[in-house]
Amino acid sequence: MRATVIVTLKPTVLDPQGITIHRSLASLGLTDVTDVRQGKIFHVQLKDGKREQVERLAKEVLTNPVIEEYRIIWE
Amino acid sequence: MKFGVVIFPGSNCEHDCFYVIESVLGKPVEYIWHQDTSVKGFDAVILPGGFAYGDYLRTGALAKFSPVMNAIADFAQKGGLVFGICNGFQILTEAGLLPGALLRNVGLKYVCRFEYLRTETTDTPFTNLLTRGQLLRIPIGHGDGNFFADADALKRIEDNGQVVFRYVDAAGQITRDANPNGSLNNIAGIVNEQRNVLGMMPHPDRSSEEILGSADGKLIFQSMVNALVTQ
Repeated sequence: MRATVIVTLKPTVLDPQGITIHRSLASLGLTDVTDVRQGKIFHVQLKDGKREQVERLAKEVLTNPVIEEYRIIWE
Repeated sequence: MKFGVVIFPGSNCEHDCFYVIESVLGKPVEYIWHQDTSVKGFDAVILPGGFAYGDYLRTGALAKFSPVMNAIADFAQKGGLVFGICNGFQILTEAGLLPGALLRNVGLKYVCRFEYLRTETTDTPFTNLLTRGQLLRIPIGHGDGNFFADADALKRIEDNGQVVFRYVDAAGQITRDANPNGSLNNIAGIVNEQRNVLGMMPHPDRSSEEILGSADGKLIFQSMVNALVTQ
C-alpha cells in the first residue's frame, strides 16, 4: 500500500518562504489568494498492515515537533 | 584534557575547530567519526559547522541518527561539555539536547558577515572568562539560523538564564537591524538547563586569531579549557 505524508509548519510558526510566494502573486494579479503556507510531501510505499511504521516515520523522522505538524493520507 | 571534534558526512568546519584547539590553544584534540559509538576519553566534544547529510530533510535532522549521537547524549547527561557551532547547533536542537529549532532566515538569504554578540551570562563553562554584557565580534554564515521556540519554551529559556549570546549593534543594543535572521529575542546561542551544552550559530572557530579579523571567539574555547582545569 501507499501513504502520503504531508508536513507543514505549525500555524504559529512564521513561514518566510510562504510569505514570499504569497507576495509574488500580486504581480500576477492573483489578489484573491489571501495566504500561502509551504510544506513538504512524502510518498511512502509499505507492506500492507504496517501502518504504525509510517506513523513512526512521520513522527520521529519527517517532522520536527517543535515547529512542524503532519498528516497522513492512506491510499 | 582532550577535545573531540565530530565529523559527519557533510561537516566542513571540523578542521577550523581542530586547528583552534591544537594550534591556537595548544590542547590535545582528536577527530570523532560519526559512526563511532563511544566518546570515552574525551572531556569536551565539539559539533562543527557544515551541512551534515547535505541538510537533507531539515538541517541537522538526519545527523541525529548517527550512532555517535547516542554516545554524545549520554556524555551530556553525565555533565560532559558539548559545543555545537552553526550546523552543530542545528543538530543539537534536532537531537533534543537543546530546546527550540532553527528555521529558515527571515530574509531567505544565506547571510555571511561579522556580527556583534552580547554576552548574557557568564555562568556557563563556555563563558566563564567573559564579563556580563561583553561584546564579541564573531562571524555568522548560515541560511537557517532563525531561532524559534514556542512561547512556553522561550519563557523557560529566558527565565532560566539559558540565553548565552544575543545579536546586538555596535553599541550593545538589541535592535531589529542587528538581528540577521529573525531569531526570537535576537538569540544567537543558548545552553541547556544543566548549562553543559552550548549551541550557537556564529562561528568562534572562524574568529580565534587576529589575522582572521577577530580573536574574540578564542575566549569561548579558553573558557572551556578553564572549566575543565578547574572542575
